[in-house]
Parts: sequence; structure tokens; C-alpha cells
Amino acid sequence: MVMEEILETASRLGIDLSQVDLDSLRLPPGEDFWHQKVKNQNHETISDDEDMNEEYPLEFDMGFGNIIVVDNLPVVPKEKFEKLEGVVRKIYGQIGVIKEDGFWMPVDPATQKTLGQCFIEYNTPREAELAREKTHNYKLDKSHVFAINMFDDIEKFLKVPDEWAPPETKPYTPGENLQQWLTDEKARDQFVVRSGSDTEVLWNDARHLKPDPVYKRAFWTESFVQWSPLGTYLATVHRQGTAVWGGATTFKQLMRYAHSQVKLIDFSPGERFLVTYSSHEPSNPRDTHRVVLNIFDVKTGKVMRDFKGNADEFVVGGTGGVTGVSWPVFRWGGGKDDKYFARIGKNVISVYETETFTLIGKKSIKVENIMDFSWSPTDPILALFVPELGGGNQPARVSLIQIPGKEEMRQKNLFSVSDCQMYWQSNGDYLAVKVDRYTKTKRSTYTGFELFRIKERDIPIEVLELENKNDKIIAFAWEPKGHRFAVIHGDSPKPDVSFYSMRTTHNTGRVSKLTTLKGKQANALYWSPAGRYIILAGLKGFNGQLEFYNVDELETMGVAEHFSATDIEWDPTGRYVATSVTSIHEMENGFNIWSFNGKLLYRILKDHFFQFLWRPRPPSFLSPEKEEEIFKNLKKYSKKYEAEDQDVSLLLSEQDREKRRRLKDEWDSCVNDWKKWHEEDRSERQSLRDGEASDEEEEYEAKEVEVEELLDVSEEVLAFEE
Amino acid sequence: MRPILMKGHERPLTFLKYNRDGDLLFSCAKDHTPTVWFADNGERLGTYRGHNGAVWCCDVSRNSMLLITGSADQTAKLWNVQTGSQLFSFNFDSPARAVDFSVGDKLAVITTDPFMGLPSAIHVKRIAQDPSEQTGESVLTIKGPQGRINRTVWGPLNKTIISAGEDAVVRIWDSETGKLLKESDKETGHKKTVTSLSKFADGSHFLTGSLDKSAKLWDIRLLTLIKTYVTERPVNAVAMSPLLDHVVLGGGQDASAVTTTDHRAGKFEAKFFDKILQEEIGGVKGHFGPINALAFNPDGKSFSSGGEDGYVRLHHFDPDYFHIKI
Repeated sequence: MVMEEILETASRLGIDLSQVDLDSLRLPPGEDFWHQKVKNQNHETISDDEDMNEEYPLEFDMGFGNIIVVDNLPVVPKEKFEKLEGVVRKIYGQIGVIKEDGFWMPVDPATQKTLGQCFIEYNTPREAELAREKTHNYKLDKSHVFAINMFDDIEKFLKVPDEWAPPETKPYTPGENLQQWLTDEKARDQFVVRSGSDTEVLWNDARHLKPDPVYKRAFWTESFVQWSPLGTYLATVHRQGTAVWGGATTFKQLMRYAHSQVKLIDFSPGERFLVTYSSHEPSNPRDTHRVVLNIFDVKTGKVMRDFKGNADEFVVGGTGGVTGVSWPVFRWGGGKDDKYFARIGKNVISVYETETFTLIGKKSIKVENIMDFSWSPTDPILALFVPELGGGNQPARVSLIQIPGKEEMRQKNLFSVSDCQMYWQSNGDYLAVKVDRYTKTKRSTYTGFELFRIKERDIPIEVLELENKNDKIIAFAWEPKGHRFAVIHGDSPKPDVSFYSMRTTHNTGRVSKLTTLKGKQANALYWSPAGRYIILAGLKGFNGQLEFYNVDELETMGVAEHFSATDIEWDPTGRYVATSVTSIHEMENGFNIWSFNGKLLYRILKDHFFQFLWRPRPPSFLSPEKEEEIFKNLKKYSKKYEAEDQDVSLLLSEQDREKRRRLKDEWDSCVNDWKKWHEEDRSERQSLRDGEASDEEEEYEAKEVEVEELLDVSEEVLAFEE
Repeated sequence: MRPILMKGHERPLTFLKYNRDGDLLFSCAKDHTPTVWFADNGERLGTYRGHNGAVWCCDVSRNSMLLITGSADQTAKLWNVQTGSQLFSFNFDSPARAVDFSVGDKLAVITTDPFMGLPSAIHVKRIAQDPSEQTGESVLTIKGPQGRINRTVWGPLNKTIISAGEDAVVRIWDSETGKLLKESDKETGHKKTVTSLSKFADGSHFLTGSLDKSAKLWDIRLLTLIKTYVTERPVNAVAMSPLLDHVVLGGGQDASAVTTTDHRAGKFEAKFFDKILQEEIGGVKGHFGPINALAFNPDGKSFSSGGEDGYVRLHHFDPDYFHIKI
């Protein structure tokens, strides 16, 4: 293809190529025209990170990614050439479409025999990749086992030196403190926003009522960004793979994970591992998509395990559809040690452990018809849901399974169930199972909750039904680290919100209702990560209604609106809330920052706004006792901060006054200039107006004119009486 | 502040203009008839019939005798304000967009749109004392830049002409030679189409509104950017109070993109800003579509807005307006 272009250019310029010694040409040092071209082509979409381009295999039309080299073909004389070609074409034609002129089997000019090699060019690199995968080590016969290589790789192989040299030991360089941001003096939090082509990390400087920039970069990612669960890394996603960024003062690339066409990523909760996912169009449209999953070690960048297969092997429960899977495919469990991860399959749950990346006990757990499962957020416990079988003869079931022993800790049978949802409390203390049951007529469903107390002996289960059994459940949320939960129930347009506690005043073992708020414009619940406060949010149809509610005092702290807000996120400390309008809507893209009690602190508008993400914080190292102590003596601790707050607010108002004064002065000087000019021009202006009396023109005189109008005159004779 | 609703147009409003005395209000709309109203009570006085296309802009002479209008029917017309009779028609080969009388009313500047391969242009016409002597001859024609010129006004002492339009650049031209004198800076200037331009009463500075959701205040002689007012909606119309340091921006979501879900989504408010501090101080709601035109009464005590909804709303300020403190 490229050669053709060269030939064409040559003939246009009248150069006889055979006369040109190409090797005598010297390119200017440091120039690499080939790379240059590629880079320019991809500049629009790829991050401007230079070395990224060089090391990742790029896919471009002009490359040779779609060519494979087949070795170990039989060496045949001229007569058998066509027959061999037929055989090879048949094998490779099945895998993909070979290009016209895409088959070349070189012949030794001396012997007129083939060299035992051929080159095959497909339409797409994907087909070539597939062909390599499928026919590498293909046995044509006993003595001819195919060896397939990508054409692009050949060059790489040539560079491998013949002699082995011991690798150089790199001197140890201490890494940066990746947790530097946690030591911010003002204890601020960071967040990342993505709008247009820019990605930006900022401090939330709530005291100064504005964000404070940390790092900004255009084309940092090609699809989205994501923080790791403890906030150490920021992951960017590119066509060639994923990269993580972090550092003490700025954002540097720390590691790259090559995974072509990566679509989705997921960190393990302790950030030790990264799962990347891609799905590829099949070359044959009747086939399902091919799915590739890689699990990387975040620190070393090593692939720990990869999974490949057809999409339908990874789709269970029918939620994923034909092209995708329900994400995350692998769910991590077992607390922060990243010990186990699990995946649901047809009638099985496969639990892997990260020591060896193999199945626990070498086999999956068999569970007929399993629909859904979830991990306890803190312990190696799995909760499973199996629907009704045999037309109701075998009841639906929720069971808890301990890993790695795989023994069942608790099980509950449920009857006439249509669906189940599982909600874990963040400490793994409680599990709420929302059960939708059919009514007797089977025409409608009603909802109840099964509440498991995981940490108590024998795991007691309590059944909770709403006062009005027919109420639809719109949202459910546990108080983080707490014992309370909130439910939005009822029928729109104005549902009710109820709060429950897993404790009652006298008995810690019973659930009790705290209160019900009637007729709220809410359809989503956002608890503060510190508990106690909750936002009752009316998104979508409610246009962004926000109610900030204090559950300790059972009172509303503030009501506000962020018109057409699409997303709400609490900062990791529970001090601030961000609401944003993303580019789902055309207008008013941007975000608002609120205090926990519903005071609008600042508002930033950005067109084409895509993402707002607070940087997560790792869990506190303070013991619960210490936290308790701080909470008790809050006054003592807060004194220092209150003083600081006051200083800042004084400073701010001083700055504000200063700014106003400055603006005023600037303006006055402008106005003076203008007045002077105006005065200078007076006579000329007058002459332009044929001497019309002058410049009182702009000075407007309001005269009060009284107008009396006689509307009507009527005469009336009044009788005079004595 | 209860507005007076003036329903005289059948199509979206395009432009509003008060005469110098502030007793008459002229309105232009996409229907073909400019209309004159009593600026005090909103009573309709009369119409100017004769155009055969949307009327984009108008200007009235200092003595309130002469009205000039620019229309999509490829003409700009002179009218007798009092009788409503057409005095003269300047014919062009493309729609006329912006018109403005010079100081002294002896000249008028008229811009024409790019049309059928013709580029946009700025024409300077001499306005005869006696309408019977009026000719269509141009004193000067400036071949415009790329794209439509949405507004043009005279600079101080008629020495310059200021134009702005689709290419987002504000330009100052020499009105004698037609030479380009100044251009607004690409970095600090508008990023999208400039939709409106309004001179301050004494002609010392002017305000431009743009679809980039901002309005900018410029020095008319030096073309230095003095202030920027940022809002949440594309700006279609701007006006400056002659009395207080206030500016008003009108606009809203593009009419074709207006959602039907919530009238608030459009933000069809006239927004008041502090001219010096560049801070928003208030808003006047009411229109059911984007605001296309704004004008302040020269006495600064009332203003009117014209909307895509076909209404002109005339607002007389409450007494407390004059004591706003921020």
C-alpha cells in the first residue's frame, strides 16, 4: 500500500526508482517520518503522551497489523504450488476474508521451490489476530506444524540479540509519596472533572468558595477516568490500554496496562489488582462478541490472569444483552486484602483466590439456576439468590456462604418470589434482602424486606413489611457504618420516605421505624459517608430537588434545587456534596458544591461536562475509641479550625472589598477618560448637528407637567331645603 | 413592576428602539410591519407598511421625523415617522440586516448579508434633508468579512463604523476610506456569533452580546475590552441603563432547542448585572421564548423586551429599583 504510494509519487516526479539507492538516503537525525505521520493522525484522540504512542501497538490502516506470516509450510516445487496455495487459502479463508492479492508465497529463484513460508493479508488486524490464535501449532501433517507470527512482530524478533546478556540491575529509586494529598494542611479533598477534551484535578477549597487547580491536561483519557478505591491512583482509559497516574505534587504516569480496545475497568477494593475488559466484534456477524478480561497487578503491571471467551459465557441473568456483560464481571470480596474474587456463571459461582489466581478448591460452587450474588463488603461471605424452580414447587432461596470453606452459614426459603435485591450495610453488619412477591392472584407484586444480622449468633432474620404493603419501593439505602436505613416508597408523583433503625430503644435486636416523611419529591437517597445526614433527591422527573435531612434530629436542614441535576456525590468525609449536570442535558452543564446542610458554596459551569468524581480516601487509622473521644471533645478540637475559618472569612471579605474598590477605581478612570473625550469632541459634534444646541443632549431633564383635562361637565339642580 | 404586554406582532420580535425623547418605542419583527408605540402606556400608534420580509433593525432620527428600517426583502426603507408613509427604498442584492443613523442624521450605515455568493457588506448612504432629493447612491461600500454582520453602529464623530457578527470579531472601520482600523482580540474576544451590540448614551463605550453566553463591554475608540458579563444562556440582546450602572442581557436557549418539559429550562429571563462589578443582581421573567430585543428608555426609568413569543413587554421600574445596593 505504502509502496504503491511511493511508486506513484516517483512516477509523477519522473524518478526512476530502480536508479535510486534508498540506503544512501539519510534522514535528519532525530526525525522519524513514519512515526510523525502516525502521531499526527491520531493526535485528535490520543493523549499527547509521547512514549505512550511509541510503545503501545497502534492500529492504523497503513500498518501491517493485518498480515500474518505462516512458517513451517511444506517446501514444494513449482508444480505443487497451486495445490498448496489452495490448501492454505482454504484454512485461512475460513477465519476471515483474505484481501485480494493478500496471499504471497515466496519462491526461491534458484530452486524454483517454495521457502516453506507464506504471507497472508486480512482486511482487519482483528482477523489476523484471530487467525494467529486459531492456527498457531496447527498440524497440517506430522512434519508440518504451523508457526504463525504477526508480520509486525518479525521486526521485533530480529532485534533479539543472539547472545544472552544478563539484564542490568536498575538501582533502586525511592518512589514518591502517593498519599501526599492526604496531608493537605487545610484537610481539603480533591476531585476530578472531565469536560470537553479537558480533564482536571482540583482541590475543593470550600473556605474560599472556589476550586483550586492541581493538574489539568487535555486529551488525558479517551473515554473516562476513574479513581482507585483508596484514591491512590487515577486511571485513564485509552484504545491501547489503561494507565494509572499519581504522585506527590502532580500527576505522573505510574504504570500502564496494555489491553487493546479496553472498554471497562475495575479495581479491587484494596487497589492491588485491576480488571480490564473489552469486547470485540466477531468477524462473522452470526457469532457472539468475543470478550477479553485481564487482571493486572497494579504495582508491577504484570498480567496475573486473563480470561477470554464468547460474550454469552460471561452474561448471566440476561441483563447484559448481546454485546455487553453486567459489570463488574468479577466481584471482589473478602475485605480490603483482595483475597477473593468471584464470577457468576450458568448454574455456578466461580470463586478465585489471588494467591495463585485459581479456583478455590479447584472447582466452582454449583448452584442450580443462580440469579445473583453479592459479597459482604468486609468479610469473605457470599450472599446468593436462587429463584423459584419447578413452578413454585421448590421455593426461592437466599443463602450465605462462607469462603474459603464454602459452607452455608444461613439459608432462608422464600415463597412466590418474583425478584430479589440484596443490600449490604457498609460494615457488613446487616444484609437487607428486598423481596418482591406475587399477590395471590399473581397479577401484581408487593414488597417486603428480610433483614439479616450477620454479626449476631446464628444470624437472626427479621421480616419487615411496610405499613401499606402495596407501596412500590423506589429506593433503599443503608446508613454507612450505621444501623439505620431509608426507604422511598409509595406511588409517584409524591412518594413517602421512611427511616428505620435496626435497634429499638430497649431492645437492640428489633427493627423499629423512626419516622415517615409524607409526600416528598424524591426518587433517590444519598447518605453522607459519615452517616447521620442524608439527601433526599428528586432527579430526572423531579428536575433536581434536594432535601438535606438530619436523621439524628429527624429534621430538615435545608431544601434546594439544582435544576436538572443528573448526579450527586458526597465527598469522602461527608462535609460537602457535589451535584452535577452532565452532558446528558444540553444546557447548564456543570457542577454545584454544597455544604452538608444544603448551603450552596459555589457553582461552576462547563459545557460538555462528563464526569465529577471525588478522590476517595483510605479508611481512617484512628481506632473507634479515639474517634469516639474526638467526637466527645469536639469543641476542643474544633477551636483551632473555627479560628482559621474566621480568619479566612475576614480575609475574604477584605479581599472582596478591596476588589470592589479596585473595580470601582478602574471604572471611574475609564469614565473620566470618556468624559474628557466627550468634552473635546463637543464642538465638532455640534457642527455635525448643524449647530443644534449642544450637548445637554444626553443629559435628560425630567419636567413635571401637569395637564388638566376637562372630561365632562354636568349640571345638576339640587333641591334646596330648609 | 407590572409589565405592559404589547401584542401587535404576529411573529418573533427582532429589534426595539426608543426615540431620543423616550416617548416613542419602535419595534421590528419577523412579520413585515415595524410598529410604533407610546412608550408610556404601550398604546399602539401606527405601523409602517411596505416591507415584504422580516424586518431586522431600525433607527430613528434625533428629531424623531425619520425612521430607517432594514429588511430581509433586500431593501432598507426610510419612513415618515408621523404619517407612516414610505419616503425612499434602498435596494440591495441581499437582505439588509443592520441600520444606524450617524450623528447629525446625514448619513446612514446599512449592512447586507452574504447571499447567493455575495459576501456581506457595509454600505454608507447619504440621507438627504429633503426626502424628494434622496438617492440610492452609496458614499462608501466595505466588503465585509466572512459571515453575517449582525449589528453595526457609528463611532464617535462619525469617524468610524463598528461592526460585529457571525465570525465573533468586533471590528472598527474608517468611515472615510473603508479601511479596517481595529479588530477585537481572538483570545479575549467573543468565541461565538455576536448577536447584538448597543452603544452607551454618550457613545463612549458599547456592549456586545454573543451566543458564547457572555456579553462584553468595549471602549469605542480603542476597542479595549473593559468588562465581561457571563451568563448561562446564549445572549441575543443587550442594553445598558443610561441612569444607573446596570446592564441587561436577554436571550435563552435557541428557539429550536427549547424543551417542552419545563419553562425554567429555557431561562428566558432578562438578567440585570452590575456594570462595574460584573455580578448578577436580578432578573425579570415573563417571556415564553428567548428574548431577541432589549431597549432602555433614555430616561432610564423603564425598559422593554421583545421575545421570540411575539410579545413586547414594557417594564416601568418600581421605586426600589433605583436604590438597589449590592
